Amino acid sequence: MAKRTPLYDAHVADDAKLVDFAGWDMPIDYGSQIAEHKAVRESAGMFDVSHMAVVDITGSESRAFLRRLLANDVAKIDEDGRALYTCMLNTRGGVIDDLIVYHLAGEHYRIVVNAATTEKDLAWLDSQARDFQVDIQHRRDLAIIAVQGPRGRDLAASVLDEDFAAAAMQLKPFRCASDGDRSVGRTGYTGEDGFELVLPADEAVSAWKKLRDTGVAPVGLGARDTLRLEAGLNLYGQDMDEDRTPLESGLAWTVAFKPAEREFVGRDALEHMCEQGVGEKLVGLVLEGRGVMRSHSAVRAADSSVEEKQAEGEVTSGSYAPTLSRSIGLARVPADWEERVEVCLRDKWLPARIVRYPFVRNGKSRIDD
Amino acid sequence: MSEIPKDLSYTKTHEWIDYDGDGTCTVGITDYAQSSLGDLVFVELPETGTKVGAGDALAVVESVKAASDIYAPLDGEIAEINEQLEDSPELVNEDPFGEGWLFKINVSDPDAVENLLDADTYEGIVEDEED
Repeated sequence: MAKRTPLYDAHVADDAKLVDFAGWDMPIDYGSQIAEHKAVRESAGMFDVSHMAVVDITGSESRAFLRRLLANDVAKIDEDGRALYTCMLNTRGGVIDDLIVYHLAGEHYRIVVNAATTEKDLAWLDSQARDFQVDIQHRRDLAIIAVQGPRGRDLAASVLDEDFAAAAMQLKPFRCASDGDRSVGRTGYTGEDGFELVLPADEAVSAWKKLRDTGVAPVGLGARDTLRLEAGLNLYGQDMDEDRTPLESGLAWTVAFKPAEREFVGRDALEHMCEQGVGEKLVGLVLEGRGVMRSHSAVRAADSSVEEKQAEGEVTSGSYAPTLSRSIGLARVPADWEERVEVCLRDKWLPARIVRYPFVRNGKSRIDD
Repeated sequence: MSEIPKDLSYTKTHEWIDYDGDGTCTVGITDYAQSSLGDLVFVELPETGTKVGAGDALAVVESVKAASDIYAPLDGEIAEINEQLEDSPELVNEDPFGEGWLFKINVSDPDAVENLLDADTYEGIVEDEED
């Protein structure tokens, strides 16, 4: 039987269309993916992301361990209450997973990893922790609710207990606070402001209900994908994987090569790649006309006439952007490609252009027409 | 359970057909089809006057999830298309049997309408697919 989060019954009661996602029964939508997308951009929506794994890392060498394990440098978040986005690499520089690490306090760090990679990540963490005085605990008792949108923080604070709410409302972006097992980060995966709340299961159930009662729309994984794509955020397994480095995946900015003395897993492989030259890049694409780009759609340069199988570029993530009323995507293409390309959709080559992403920021289009 | 009006005919590719008794069929996709596809974002319809054969792929509905071909249920000629769908493809999701109609065909052989599936047979197909 597929796994269920503590909020499963609430999803069923809300007529969610449930699908299997990485072995979990999760809501893909509650009736209209596009309406849910718009609710997040215009007001507030909430996501049950309890299928993702909360892992607490404590112990006297937690900081040293994470500085070795992660491509970004947790020394940047030495101050309590800061968060950092990073990749976790294998020795070839390939991405095992991407994650956010929250420095809750002192030796206590909390990371949230993807659902599809949880088992692999935990095994990797254990193997890497052997030389460190560190404790790693997968917190199966905790649920995660992301409340996102311009009204998200105010509505979330209204359902949390007073002190925790006050701490949450003081947070600047990419900061976090904790209270016992609970934690809150001013982080998200939609390009909107908001909180990600980590709560014990029974508190999450009651928080979800209260949020619903204040008018926050439940939002499924379908809209989660269109929102993150508009915001130009990578999805592990599509935009990067174990055979791709951050440098080829638009994530060079998340790799801290300085200080030069910091050894981290994958460093040597990345330095070698830099010396050889990085041959491919991840770019944003906007389709010029009607149609929807999909993962694995072939991409060729506009002035070329290669067949689909010989195309040098590939869409990694493609979808329809409700905020822009057209198809957008991320694609891996040769590093020197410029603006005009063609994408193969249903056996026809359609024009598209390379744009910088994010495609949408603060609810507004960032791509010119 | 999806809606399946009794007074319409159906195909196993999830189109519904409303024959007006006088040579013209209105065609759309069923509630089951729109629900499986999710929110539609584009609908591509043929031009009026196009001659079609039963089983020809003559339109495309595209959702965030996937693109799906729509097939002509009968031989004939496209008499009219639902122009509203160019800017409002969501009508197909909201009212698949009403405002979300796709096109009308002047059928060459009205007797062929008899060979389409009735509501009960279509219901059986949907139940099998849902299992």
